[in-house]
Amino acid sequence: MKKNPERSQKIAFFFLLLANLLIVVPVGLIIVIIVAKGFPALTWEFISQMPRQGMRAGGIFPAIIGTIYLVGGAILFALPIGVLAAIYLCEYATHSRMSRVVKLAIVNLAGVPSVVYGLFGLALFVVFCKFGVSILSGALTLGIMILPIIITASREALESVPPAFREVSLSLGASKWQTIRNIVLPNAIPGILTGAILGLGRASGETAPILFTVAAFYLPRLPSSVFDQVMALPYHLYVISTQVPNVDEKIRYGTALVLLLLVLFMNSVAILIRNKFRKQKRW
Amino acid sequence: MVKFSVKKLHVWFGAAHILRGVSLDILSNEILSVIGPANSGKTTFLRMLNRLNELEPGFRMNGAIALDGADSLSEDVERLRKRIGMVFAMPLPLPLSIFDNVAYGARMHGIRKTARLQGIVEQALREAYLWDEVKDRLPTSAFNLSGGQQQRLCIARTLAVQPEVILFDEPCSGLDPISTAKVEEAMLKLKRQYTLILVTNNVKQAARVGDRTAFFLNGELIEVNKTDKIFTVPADKRTEDYIRGKFG
Repeated sequence: MKKNPERSQKIAFFFLLLANLLIVVPVGLIIVIIVAKGFPALTWEFISQMPRQGMRAGGIFPAIIGTIYLVGGAILFALPIGVLAAIYLCEYATHSRMSRVVKLAIVNLAGVPSVVYGLFGLALFVVFCKFGVSILSGALTLGIMILPIIITASREALESVPPAFREVSLSLGASKWQTIRNIVLPNAIPGILTGAILGLGRASGETAPILFTVAAFYLPRLPSSVFDQVMALPYHLYVISTQVPNVDEKIRYGTALVLLLLVLFMNSVAILIRNKFRKQKRW
Repeated sequence: MVKFSVKKLHVWFGAAHILRGVSLDILSNEILSVIGPANSGKTTFLRMLNRLNELEPGFRMNGAIALDGADSLSEDVERLRKRIGMVFAMPLPLPLSIFDNVAYGARMHGIRKTARLQGIVEQALREAYLWDEVKDRLPTSAFNLSGGQQQRLCIARTLAVQPEVILFDEPCSGLDPISTAKVEEAMLKLKRQYTLILVTNNVKQAARVGDRTAFFLNGELIEVNKTDKIFTVPADKRTEDYIRGKFG
């Protein structure tokens, strides 16, 4: 067969386009199906009431609150630790053997399956620290799970601040910490928040890490302290999809839709904050 | 009077031997031009004086540097850098307003009062011949200034810390001739109060502003002398070849 550059170009374009469609189509379908099947369930009662009749009726309010508590707690724990660790790695221990070991550990931590985090949380927080099966244990477990995401994003954000800015600040007699505090950190905040957004999404969707550490099968009341169990949306979805017979389909899809909307809402807030900081960035 | 006394200075980055035994005295209130081809070690020499090289991985050194007779290598590095300002090759405003750029150093050294900062900023901008051009837009971003204005802003930012020595690392390499002339004019006036060290790739600039000129080649100081001597009767053949444009 004779070589025909025009035809081979067309074939290449076709496969490139196909690859893109394969990305867009499933995302579109997921959204369409969940919205179509879940939207009828979306009433004020559904998001503000306790579940009734063995979760076959009523609302999912405690699961929404539970997920918000868990994700909030995880971020509250992971964001400061992650940012501080990233600062140390980038600014203080750039070329030491210690930093290489830590960087390797972070990469590996990111690859650990989430169910392993669940078991780890059970052993450390629930049993050893005696926090019991509680919001505290669950939030800490989720926090450890999203730590690598936050550290990696924060490191990239810190490294993207031009080194020349650091030299200018130091050359004016500022100390290293003053330089980090006044020049590096303010310019790294948008990137750090991107990491927080990714972590948020991951923490709100995971089921395995909260399975052993916090999630309640059925608990139609709100928690009164961090040592209480709570329901959480992903686990609730699993329960009503597989463990409880005869749950109306629209309740299942409604729950999935609420979880999606909740993640979307939390991401939007973080993106708004990030854009506010980006506007101040001027180079 | 001798401001800086550098003795047998060797610098390595990893395996690369960048400075090979440089000994040089720099006098108070002079402009010392440092010329030489690329990779001759002139910027490394400059960055030894405010000890910025220490930030680089693989940095090693040998030799002695004294500032006003006292060992500058054992001095507290932040105090040392406060005494030795630096203007970099590219205009490098910090991502702040014009005012905050100039006030940055003073703020880092604990000056908080607005009235005092305003005084410092105005004086520094006047000394850098920038005040009249920016006085109405101090709160706006420094990135809106032209390249030449940005470089004079960087000079003002350095002056605001009230240093004794100012290091210029090819300060006009990114500027047009008119901006260059303004920066040079500022340097000539600054000489009355400060000691200036100017690393430049522009031989003519060294001839225009330098009281003395030092010629570096492959990490060695070939010769240093009064600028008119260097440019008329250089002692070394290599100096003559370089300033005549035969290499570099």
